[in-house]
Amino acid sequence: MSEVLRVAQTVRARVAGAGPDAVAEALHAEATRISERVVGGPGRSNRRGWDQRLDAALTSPLWGFPVMVAMFAGVFWLTIAGANVPSAMLGELLTVRGTAFLHHVFAAIGAPAWLTGVVVDGAWLATAWVISVMLPPMAIFFPLFTLLEDFGYLPRVAFNLDRAFRWAGAHGKQSLTMMMGYGCNAAGVTATRIIDSPRERLVAILTNNFAICNGRWPTLILVGTIFIGATAPAGWASVVAATSVAGTAMLGVLVTVLVSRVLSRTVLKGEASAFTLELPPYRPPQLLRTIGTSMIDRTLKVLWRAIVMAGPAGVVIWLISNVMVGDQSVAAWMVGGLDPLGKFIGLNGVILVAYIVAIPANEIVIPTILMLTLNLTKSGLAQRGVMLELDADQAKTVLTQLGGWNLLTGVNLMLFSLLHNPCSTALMTIWHETRSRRWTLWSAFMPLALAFIVCALVAIIWRAVS
Amino acid sequence: MSLNLKIAESEPRAPIALSCGGCASCGVGVFRRSGRLSAKADATVAVMGNPNVGKSTVFNGLTGLRQHVGNWPGKTVMRAEGAFRLGERLYRLIDLPGTYSLMSQSPDEEAARDYLLFGQPDVTVVVCDAGALERNLNLVLQVREVAGAMVLALNLMDEAERKGIRVDERALARDLGVPVVPMAARSGKGLAELANAIDGLSTGRLVCRPAVSARLDPEIEAAVVEIELALKAEFPDLPHVRWIALRLLEGDADLEREVTQGTLGRLGHPPEAAL
Repeated sequence: MSEVLRVAQTVRARVAGAGPDAVAEALHAEATRISERVVGGPGRSNRRGWDQRLDAALTSPLWGFPVMVAMFAGVFWLTIAGANVPSAMLGELLTVRGTAFLHHVFAAIGAPAWLTGVVVDGAWLATAWVISVMLPPMAIFFPLFTLLEDFGYLPRVAFNLDRAFRWAGAHGKQSLTMMMGYGCNAAGVTATRIIDSPRERLVAILTNNFAICNGRWPTLILVGTIFIGATAPAGWASVVAATSVAGTAMLGVLVTVLVSRVLSRTVLKGEASAFTLELPPYRPPQLLRTIGTSMIDRTLKVLWRAIVMAGPAGVVIWLISNVMVGDQSVAAWMVGGLDPLGKFIGLNGVILVAYIVAIPANEIVIPTILMLTLNLTKSGLAQRGVMLELDADQAKTVLTQLGGWNLLTGVNLMLFSLLHNPCSTALMTIWHETRSRRWTLWSAFMPLALAFIVCALVAIIWRAVS
Repeated sequence: MSLNLKIAESEPRAPIALSCGGCASCGVGVFRRSGRLSAKADATVAVMGNPNVGKSTVFNGLTGLRQHVGNWPGKTVMRAEGAFRLGERLYRLIDLPGTYSLMSQSPDEEAARDYLLFGQPDVTVVVCDAGALERNLNLVLQVREVAGAMVLALNLMDEAERKGIRVDERALARDLGVPVVPMAARSGKGLAELANAIDGLSTGRLVCRPAVSARLDPEIEAAVVEIELALKAEFPDLPHVRWIALRLLEGDADLEREVTQGTLGRLGHPPEAAL
């Protein structure tokens, strides 16, 4: 044994009477002494201020959760109700006029048909569609969400969830990493570094996927609007749509807690360790600065990622729709092959192919679905590989009439979007953080399996009932 | 404050805590935000503090970067780097994860601790919440034991004022023996003064004069010295011997493992590996 440790042990035994925390206590005593000398003023620790009363309401066992659901539903309602008009305007400008203009330009310079196809009908249309559909809701949602964060609401949500995580055998700090996941799961996974126990950290990493990331909000908001919201009377449509999105988010919380509990009882057995969550003071949000930075850091970043991915994805979609193998295109073979499985779980082959194309970025799921649906149904609406102008209403027409979608498809797409595997960036981050092939594979396939099982169950019950 | 701070004679008017923004006319340099580090820095500055006291706000204010700032603890887990320039000198700034103590266990807090101990920053800024000084001082006192040059950024002065809490920053600087800069970083107050304090400490215009560190029971003090001697015999190059001795006295399992495996000696050398 090392000489140093031997000495340490001997002297420790000798001074044991002074208590093991003598050093920490000496520091603490000095901190108290100094602060007593230099801190003054009336203070107000013994008065119940508005912030304490607000905390009592926001973190109350009774009101905490209803207030949380209402708050998020409100944010989604503002997003959905506010995004319609600008979305339609952008769609008209970019997809209709922009595409027509580019067709003229390409015709004028005598470009070959395949080039026009790849560039204009593939890359440009996918990009234009992503911008017009995603930019308006994101430009409303992210600033609102960031304002809630800046004000100090998110730690209160974490506080409310702490009890649930304790029940699940997970670390209370997991509620914080989950909050981070609502922006980006890769960031959420990195944030799990604040959890000291490796077991609880793995639970947090494996379940972070169920916090809906930036890339999935547009899918949920759009599908919630055109399928769920549309079932309600006109005046209530956006309220119902907002509730469905908030409901999906809450379901994500529930799944996180349940899966954490199952993991803590099976593959990652152990007790929850205690921690103290400090509730920060409410700070008046800095309106303009918050809106500015959230536009740049979140909205434009997400949009940029979608555009960077949508261009190549548009090219891939155009190619698989136009390269023929035998009597069918590659896309048709893939969709045809996956269709039985897709139908069984209440989705369809197009959706499953779209999720394969969209592994690098969830942002492009909806554009991919629309383009594939149009490409495969050789209707008068679209030539092969060409996507026409689509606002939300037309998207619904395409999906229901050409794609054969119904309410079940909409509901299950929302569930699938919530539960399915993390994107490749998040998986890379998980690999980087765990350095374990086993846990990286777990975090890819456990959610995917769950998504298939839940969708299949919903589809079976749905069909039995109707 | 000047009681404890040695001010070089060539710079007779180099105060630490100015109430104005500072400008060339009164001998205080104006700092320039330099975003990401593009050239070799003259000195490295670590920014530490309890969670949610505004470290990232201070960091962004000095560097002009837009490191995500969130009103909740535990937001910064990765180290962020940036730079600012004052006069001819370029300062590299490292934003460390929040930590309550240098004796803690979670990976992010260890990252902050290891950087401070073994990354050897030239100047350490400890950002404190003026409204919760007593709790924050715990970390300040620990950092003071190991950091050569440090400055206390007394942030959230505006919030403390609203709570009816007043802090006598002069008395605080005198008691601690380190410069104290009152700030409200969210509205940009105190940033210029902090930049100048960093510059002063780095150039030697300001010197920390820590009072006697936390007074220990004489018997324990003797025990610490005994471990220190054993450490020095086995690891001659080890920095922060006293701090390590204190931890070993407490029975810190991580450090005991380092000693057993003989990896402790390496701690003195990994300049970047600590994070």
